[in-house]
Amino acid sequence: MRTQLRETDTSPNFTSRGFRLCFVGYGCVRVVAMHDGSVAIDVAGLQRLLDVLVERGHTVIGPTVRDGAVIHAPISSVAELPSGARDTQAPGHYRLTQDGDARLFAFAAAAQSWKPFLMPSRQPLHSVTSDGTVTAAEPAPISYAFLGVRSCDLAAIGVHDRVLLDRQVVDQHYAARRRTAFIVAITCSHPGGTCFCTSMGTGPSPTQGYDLAMTELLDDAGHRFVFTAGSPDGEEVLAQLPSREVTTADTAAAAEVVAGSVAVMAPRVLNTDGIRNLLYDNPDHSRWDDVASRCLSCTNCTLVCPTCFCVTVDDSTDLLGTTERSTVWDSCFTAGHSYLHGGAVHDGTRERYRQWLTHKFASWIDQFGTSGCTGCGRCVTWCPAGIDVLEELQALREPGGEP
Amino acid sequence: MSVRGIGQLLAEHPFFAGLDDDVLALLVGCATNAHYSAGDALFRGGTPADQFFVIRSGRVAIELVAPGRHPLVVETADAGEVVGWSWLVAPYQWFGDGKAVEETSVIALDGACLRGKCEADPNVGFQLLTRVTHVMYDRLQATRVRLLDLYGTPRAVSD
Amino acid sequence: MPSATEARTAPADDALTPRPFVVRAKRRDTEDTATLWLEPRYDDPLTFGPGQFTMIGVPGRGEVPISISGDPRKPELLQHTVRSVGDASRALTRAEPGDVLLVRGPYGVGWEVERAVGGDVLIVAGGIGLAPLRPAVLEVLAERDRYARAVLLVGCRTPDQLLFVDELREWRARLDLDVLVTVDAAPSGWRGRVGLVTGLLAVAGIDPAGTHAFVCGPEVMMRLVADAVLRLGVPAPKARLSMERNMKCGVGLCGHCQLREHFVCTDGPVFGYDVLAPLIATRGL
Repeated sequence: MRTQLRETDTSPNFTSRGFRLCFVGYGCVRVVAMHDGSVAIDVAGLQRLLDVLVERGHTVIGPTVRDGAVIHAPISSVAELPSGARDTQAPGHYRLTQDGDARLFAFAAAAQSWKPFLMPSRQPLHSVTSDGTVTAAEPAPISYAFLGVRSCDLAAIGVHDRVLLDRQVVDQHYAARRRTAFIVAITCSHPGGTCFCTSMGTGPSPTQGYDLAMTELLDDAGHRFVFTAGSPDGEEVLAQLPSREVTTADTAAAAEVVAGSVAVMAPRVLNTDGIRNLLYDNPDHSRWDDVASRCLSCTNCTLVCPTCFCVTVDDSTDLLGTTERSTVWDSCFTAGHSYLHGGAVHDGTRERYRQWLTHKFASWIDQFGTSGCTGCGRCVTWCPAGIDVLEELQALREPGGEP
Repeated sequence: MSVRGIGQLLAEHPFFAGLDDDVLALLVGCATNAHYSAGDALFRGGTPADQFFVIRSGRVAIELVAPGRHPLVVETADAGEVVGWSWLVAPYQWFGDGKAVEETSVIALDGACLRGKCEADPNVGFQLLTRVTHVMYDRLQATRVRLLDLYGTPRAVSD
Repeated sequence: MPSATEARTAPADDALTPRPFVVRAKRRDTEDTATLWLEPRYDDPLTFGPGQFTMIGVPGRGEVPISISGDPRKPELLQHTVRSVGDASRALTRAEPGDVLLVRGPYGVGWEVERAVGGDVLIVAGGIGLAPLRPAVLEVLAERDRYARAVLLVGCRTPDQLLFVDELREWRARLDLDVLVTVDAAPSGWRGRVGLVTGLLAVAGIDPAGTHAFVCGPEVMMRLVADAVLRLGVPAPKARLSMERNMKCGVGLCGHCQLREHFVCTDGPVFGYDVLAPLIATRGL
């Protein structure tokens, strides 16, 4: 593969001083200069991290338990983190128990990704008065700090950077939120029953695109986090936290966390060989009818998917005739998504499921240079019909002409 | 000035392209020249259909009439095209009206004569019918596409 | 200096914020189609290439992609021919002089008429498809000696649905442009052709190998015409079709207009038939 180094600092991708390593014909990855000097920080230090981030003007978003699930919400104290929570995820199945040890991040993908914060479900664009005066909406003056971004979700943020920043037209609101966002990534220690980041090359270890990365350890040596900085901002923040040097035992334990996660995911493999052509060449495979008989077109998958980006435009007019236009999350599973001349081009569940799966695993590659899927497993967990994309993709490899 | 015989005119017409010379010679026996002015009727719906028109120049319009409605032109045929296949199917009656839209020259082939030649020699029948079938195929397909009413006002399709 | 017909792109950072345009003139074309001439309230006229579109709407009544039907060399007034097929387009056809409309654009890859320089140009329009093709016709006529034979085929539902009839007559009166018209059905007394527009190809008299075909109309019609010109010998990449899909943003961000891997708004709306053929042959893609 031919490679090509490109200095890219004009776009606000990632908060780091980084460069793009491009594999000709394959796509680009962003490489953040890694800094030496991992440190170990205890739980009190983690609280200090939250305090420092607040002092720097960030709204800290982290995992917390609500309504029986781990979600992402504003937090200010480590006491709000899901200590002892363990999740069980399977197709159409999510259960949370509180029988684990004191670990704070020992679960897999939360119910939602970080998409609701970087690409909110409703984004005002502009308002127009009845006499035609247009006022563009200012980007929201909010600055997030994300605590505990798993590598699948981190990769998804990178995917959104390609979709929303790297195009003919830049999504200004996404750019503003992205520019100010501080990312604390985490090595996944407890992958769930639906995720497959190892197959997608997106984990379980975060490797790029973060300000800080941590691995949680709990053993005889205590409850601590091994921290690495991934940007100048990350270094600055890390310097303000009470820490000690990392020992060889820490390093070994952290490596074991990664190995353990890889082993857990081993039975769940997606064969991505030739997947683009597999989907392009099989638009009339009988499996599409099969999955259409199970899929409810409920749009859950697109809502929880961290890379889905479709939006519709909503005009809302008040009594004085001022119209506010916003973009609102949309889904290719709705009839309106492909509406044209009195009907839908994708005129049934079969066509819509085919559109979604083909886009996610095939067309995305031609459009953006990478797969659209980062293996987080949420579409599988939150599908009320229990449809597993791995099963569907495998079935497409079997012969299946016209039904 | 040389007057071209009907046989030569038929041979030059796209409909008969590739037809064996001897078969063509047989068909000449069924053919006569005819000319129409703008507005002249070639045939009327409901009357015996005993002619097959090979258009040399001008334009023929096929019209359908429904009670209470203005007559509708459903097809036109120009130079190089043909009109009429009702002579092939009993009761051998024209379905629509045929009118010359402008000065039109045709070669008219007698239907009974053509049927006789086809019955006498299956090879003649096959070569003639292959060409007629092609015309019907094109016209039917075009008509079906127009049923889609592609240019019409879209109607909502229920899911 | 860029050519008057070069495609333009709206400034990147303003692409989602519309500009107010004032309706200066309106013409009712058919019972469901109207042509509007618009002047920008602020800043410069919108310059465009043939085949490009804008996202346009009545404030508060939604926004739709409409091809620009004006002369690229006379952009002072933005011309749009709109057919009422839904709420947003109906509101546009009801706009009157003095009304303010919101416009974003121009967007998209257009006809790229210059590809046909040196050869025959075949332009095939079905119904409202004549509107996006009008700038292409004007472009050919503006530099007529750069092209060989020029043929315009127009298909329509009935004679009263024909667009730009006066202009069609003017174009037909020229000695260097063949204009052939056909309708799906006509009242008795119509002296023109009745039949599918594909039937006109037989008499178009083009040299297929050296011809570029520009086709616009309902998708089924475009497919039939494209298949027919390919059978005549026009190479697939030289048959260019203008595709339509649901569009919300017009700039590749909303995801609605995808035709498999192509965004119709930024990769199209005009595509070569070599790219399109397998895609539009697949049901519901």
